[in-house]
Amino acid sequence: MKIVVICGAGIGSSGILKVNAERVLKKLDIRATVVAVDVTSLAEAAAGAQVILTSSEFVGAIAEIGASNADVVVVNNYFDTAELTEKIEAALG
Amino acid sequence: MPLPSLTADAIELGATAVDWREAVHLVGEVLTRSGAATPAYGDEMVRMIEEHGPYVVIAPGLALAHARPGPAVLADGFAIVTLATPVNFGHPHNDPVKVVVGLAIKTADTHLAAVAQLANVFNDSSAIAELAAATSTTEVQRIMGTP
Repeated sequence: MKIVVICGAGIGSSGILKVNAERVLKKLDIRATVVAVDVTSLAEAAAGAQVILTSSEFVGAIAEIGASNADVVVVNNYFDTAELTEKIEAALG
Repeated sequence: MPLPSLTADAIELGATAVDWREAVHLVGEVLTRSGAATPAYGDEMVRMIEEHGPYVVIAPGLALAHARPGPAVLADGFAIVTLATPVNFGHPHNDPVKVVVGLAIKTADTHLAAVAQLANVFNDSSAIAELAAATSTTEVQRIMGTP
């Protein structure tokens, strides 16, 4: 299972989301690789991804690239592991 | 890289900013003061938001301003600015912003350990309100768990 996290720089905010997504996946006992990339690297990174985690600003750009059949999950609070748990479970369920 | 230490000169409390641009420039000035970045880094952080939108507002009341690694970054470092009056970034869920964290990273490869520590601090949902209410740099250092 592959999960891609998108932000503008590919560091910082996407790093936070990657770290917290990995924590949630571990708790859910789901094996997955989480990759953090900037939006310009998305097409390549999204190949084979099941889920793309991002903020609402990048939904348009992800749709434009159209590179993937992955579920796009918009996360509002990157530190709220309850929100992340619920949305990751829904996307994979 | 672990979370760099948060020295007193990397903290500015109760600052005044008329809008998000000024708030991000302020945290850029603090990163310059603490030796983490050149003045150009503030412009780069603003440009990231102009280009991609207010995605840096990653939690209610908190912006994580940053740009890419590059010549404007002198050393790994982070800075904290709290605002006397919150400003809007235009985020659909997390406005208004009271606390701006500025992050300067030398190389992308090694920064995950540092952001993991930031996540440890902010996964406690009371941390943002505590920072916003802090009145001394030592209080901020205690909340962030780093001198």
